[in-house]
Amino acid sequence: MRRKKKKIKKSNKEFLVIMYLFLAVFLSMMIYFVYFQVCKSESFINSPYNSLQDLFSDHVIRGDIVSADGKVLATTKVSADGTQTRSYPQGRMFAHAVGYAVNGKAGLENQENFSLLRSHEFFLKRIADDISDKKAQGDTVVTTLDAQIQQVAYKSLGNYQGAVIVMEPDTGKIIAMVSKPDYDPNTVKKDWSSLTAEGSTVLYNRATQGKYAPGSVFKILTTLEYYRENPSAYDQYAFDCSGSISVDGQTIHCAGNKHHGQETLKSSFSNSCNSSFANISLSLNREKFKQTCDSMLFNQNLPIAFESGKSSFSLNKNDSNAMAMETGIGQGKTLVSPLHMALIASAVDHDGILMRPYLVNNIQNDSGVEVSSNKPKTYATLMTETEAGLLQQYMRAVVTDGTGRKLSGQSYEASGKTGTAQVSDTSDQTNAWFVGYAKKDGYKDIAIAVVVENSGAGSTYAVPVAKNVFDVYFNR
Amino acid sequence: MIHLIVQASKYLMIFLFLVYTFECFHVFKFEGEEEEQKHIYHVQRTLLFLFHFDAFLVLYITTKNFQLIGFYLMQVIIIAAIIGTYHLFYKHASELVLNNMCMLLTIGFVILTRISFEKAFRQFIFVCAGFVISLLIPMVLQNMTLFRKLTWVYVIIGIGALGVVAVAGQTSYGAKLSLSIGPLTIQPSEFVKIIFVMFIASMLYQRQDFHQVMVTSIFSAVFVLMLVASKDLGGALLYFFTYLVMVYVATRRFVYFGGGILAMIVASLLGYRLFDHVQARVQAWSNPLAVIDGAGYQVCQSLFAIGTGGWFGLGLGQGLPEKIPVVTKDFVFAAISEELGGVFALCLIMVCVSCFFMIMNVAMKLRDNYYRLTAVGLGTLYALQVFLTIGGVIKFIPSTGVTLPLVSYGGSSLLSTMIVFGIIQGLYIMQFDGRTQKKEQKRRRGRKE
Repeated sequence: MRRKKKKIKKSNKEFLVIMYLFLAVFLSMMIYFVYFQVCKSESFINSPYNSLQDLFSDHVIRGDIVSADGKVLATTKVSADGTQTRSYPQGRMFAHAVGYAVNGKAGLENQENFSLLRSHEFFLKRIADDISDKKAQGDTVVTTLDAQIQQVAYKSLGNYQGAVIVMEPDTGKIIAMVSKPDYDPNTVKKDWSSLTAEGSTVLYNRATQGKYAPGSVFKILTTLEYYRENPSAYDQYAFDCSGSISVDGQTIHCAGNKHHGQETLKSSFSNSCNSSFANISLSLNREKFKQTCDSMLFNQNLPIAFESGKSSFSLNKNDSNAMAMETGIGQGKTLVSPLHMALIASAVDHDGILMRPYLVNNIQNDSGVEVSSNKPKTYATLMTETEAGLLQQYMRAVVTDGTGRKLSGQSYEASGKTGTAQVSDTSDQTNAWFVGYAKKDGYKDIAIAVVVENSGAGSTYAVPVAKNVFDVYFNR
Repeated sequence: MIHLIVQASKYLMIFLFLVYTFECFHVFKFEGEEEEQKHIYHVQRTLLFLFHFDAFLVLYITTKNFQLIGFYLMQVIIIAAIIGTYHLFYKHASELVLNNMCMLLTIGFVILTRISFEKAFRQFIFVCAGFVISLLIPMVLQNMTLFRKLTWVYVIIGIGALGVVAVAGQTSYGAKLSLSIGPLTIQPSEFVKIIFVMFIASMLYQRQDFHQVMVTSIFSAVFVLMLVASKDLGGALLYFFTYLVMVYVATRRFVYFGGGILAMIVASLLGYRLFDHVQARVQAWSNPLAVIDGAGYQVCQSLFAIGTGGWFGLGLGQGLPEKIPVVTKDFVFAAISEELGGVFALCLIMVCVSCFFMIMNVAMKLRDNYYRLTAVGLGTLYALQVFLTIGGVIKFIPSTGVTLPLVSYGGSSLLSTMIVFGIIQGLYIMQFDGRTQKKEQKRRRGRKE
C-alpha cells in the first residue's frame, strides 16, 4: 500500500511543478500589485492626465495653499448658495509658484491637485458632514515658500523681466520663486485670451522653465572641469590678459575690453576674464567636459516634482575652436534655467552634496494635524568636498576682490559668480546674472540665482537683487 | 447620507469578500471532515448573497433606477438556481468550484451593471445559456467515452474555425478575433481552445513516444500559426503554453518544457520585430505616461483607475471606469480595483488561484490518463488567461488582450469558461465515484475474506 502511494506521488511530480510555477507567477504578480499601490501609484494619481482627480471635488472643498510662515496663498471661498471661488490673497507675487486651477492647472495647484482634493477631516466630523450633505474641507498644502523673502525678491526685480529663485542648500527647500512678467491668478479665466495670446510668455515660469544663456556664471563649470583635468597643476595656471584673445579668426573680448594683465586661475575667475577662460577652454578635453556637465544635471530633467525645463550643453570633437571658446565662457549653445544654477550653487555651498529641491513642507488636515510631510533628502554628490572647497574660495574671491564687490562688508558672508550674457549673436542686449550663496552664524545658508533680462552687467543689475534678499534674510 | 452608505458599503463588501477568500483556503484544513466543510461552503454562499445585496443596494440608491431591483432579483434567481440544481443533480460536485464560479459571475454582474445595464443584461442571458450547458456536461461526460477517439474531428473543426476567422474575421485593436453571424458575434478561439486541449489529450493519453509527440506538435503548430495569422498573439501564447504543459505532463520530460519556453522567448522576440502593434504594446508597457496620447492611453487610464482607487476603492458608482477603453472586457479588473478597491482586487486574484488549484487537484486525483491531461490542459488555459489579463491591466506584463474568465463581458468567453467549469465538475464527480467504487470493492473484498 505504501509503495503504491509513493508511485502516485511520483507520477504527480509534473503536476506539482506546474502548480508551483503558476503559484510563483501569481504571487509575484500580487507582490507587484502591492508594490504598485505603495510605491508607484502616486506618480499616476498625480498625473495631470488623471481625470479621476476632479471627481473628488464633488465631495471636497479644494484645500488651501499656505506659505511656510502661515500666509494664505490660495483658498476657496464658499458663498451662501454653495458656489465656490478660488482666490489668491497675495495676488501676482506668487503667481508662478502657486499657479492657477482654471483652464487647466499650473504650479502647485497642478502639482498638489490631488492633495488639495483629499480630505483627512476627523472621521466623526466627516460622518456628520456626510449626513448633512456638506462638503468636506480638503487638506492644506504647507509650502516651503517664505512670504517675506518672496516679497523682497519680487520687489527687487522691479519692472524687469526675469527670475529669482532662493533655496536652502542643506535641506533643498525652495523659499522663494519669482518669475516676471507675471499675472493675476485671481483673474486668469477672464484674462485667458490675452495671457495666451501669440508671443505672450506670461504663463511661463522662467525660474524653473526658462532657458537662458548662462554667460559668465558658467565659468563655475569651466573652472571645475579645468581643476578635474589638472588636479595638481591648476594653481600654476598663468595668463596675461590684453583685453581679448584671437584664435582661428575668432576674437573673444573681455567685458569693456578691460586689460586684466597677469592672472592666475583664481583671479581669472574673480575678474570674470573672458580671454583667460577662452584660453582655458581650448585646453579642455571636450568629451570629459561634456561628461562633467552631464553629471551636473545638464541635458536631463531636474530632480524636482514641479514643472521645470532641461538645461542643454553640447560640445564635441568636431566643434571649432571658436565654439569651444564660446562654450567655455557660457555663450555657445549652452542654455540653463535659474533653478539649475541655484542647484549648482547649493551643491558648492553644501560641500558637493545636492539635496533634492522641494516646495511642499507638509500636508495638513483642516484642523492642522499633519497628514504627510516631506523630509530633506540627498539627491546626489555632484562634486568632491575638495572640488567644492576650491569653488567656495573662488566664489568668495568674486565678492572680496572681483565683480561681486557690492556684496562685501556685510554682516553675512556672501559668495557667488556674476554673469552678463549676450541674448543672441545678433543683439547687444544682455541678461544680468548672479548665482551664489551666503551664510551667517545662527542662520541657515541660502543659495540664489537671479536673472534680470535685457538690463546690463550682472554686477550692476543682478547683484543688487541678491543683496536685497540676503539683507532681509540675514537681518531678521 | 447616500455618500455615507456608499462609503460604508465599500468597506463591508471588502470585508465580506475577504472572509470569502479566506474560507477558500481555510476549508482545506478540514480535509475529510465533511460536516465542517459543508458549513464553510454554506458560509461562503451566505457571504456571496450578502455581497450581491449590498452592491445592488448601493447601485440602486446612487442611480434610483427601478429596473435594477428587478434585475437584481433575476440575478439572485439564476445564481440560486445554479447552486440548487447542482445540489440536486450532482451531489458529488465540488462545492468550492461551484461557489467560486458563482462568486466570479456575481462580481461580473455587479461591475457590468455598474458600467452598462444593457451589457450586464446581455451577460445575464449568456449566463442562463451557460447554466443549461454546464449542467448537461457532467452527465454527458459520464455517459460518453467517445471523446478520446475524436482526435481528427477536433483538428478539422478547430483549425477550420480558426482558419475562417483568419480569413473573414473582424479586426479589433489590431487583431482578428471574431465572426459575425447575423446579430451574433462569436469569438471562435474561445471555444477552439477547449477542442485544442481535447485534441492534445487524445493524442498523448496512450502513447508518448517521439513520433507521437512530433505529430502532436505539428498540428498544434498549425493551430498556433492560425492565431498568429489573425494577429491574435495573446491567443497564440495561450495555446502554445498550454500545449507545452500538456506535453510535459504527458511525457514527463522537462526537456520539452524547457525547450518550448526557449522557443517561446525566441518567438516573442520575433513577434516584437514583426508586428507593429506588439511593439506599441511593449512601449506602452515600459513607459505608458510617455506615450499617453497613443499606445499608452489604455494602460495609463487603467493605472489611473487602480492607483486612484487605492486599497479601499472609490466606492461602487463613484469612479470613472468608462474612461478606460474596453473596460468591460480586457480591462474589467481595473474597474473592479478602482471602485471596489485594491484589497478586493487581490482577493479576486486569490479566488482565481483557488479555482486553478481545484482544477489541478482534480487532475491529480484522476486515474484515467485522458481525463488527467484534459484537466491539466484546461487548468493551464484558465490560469494563464487570468495571469495574462490581470498582468496586462496592472502593467506587470505587456497587455495581450485576453478576457478575465467569468467576470469580463462577452458571450463567447463566458460560455467557454462555463463549459470548462462544467467539464471540471464532471471530472470531479468521476474521480469521486472512482474513489467510492474502490472503497466499495475494498469493503466487499474485506467481507469475503
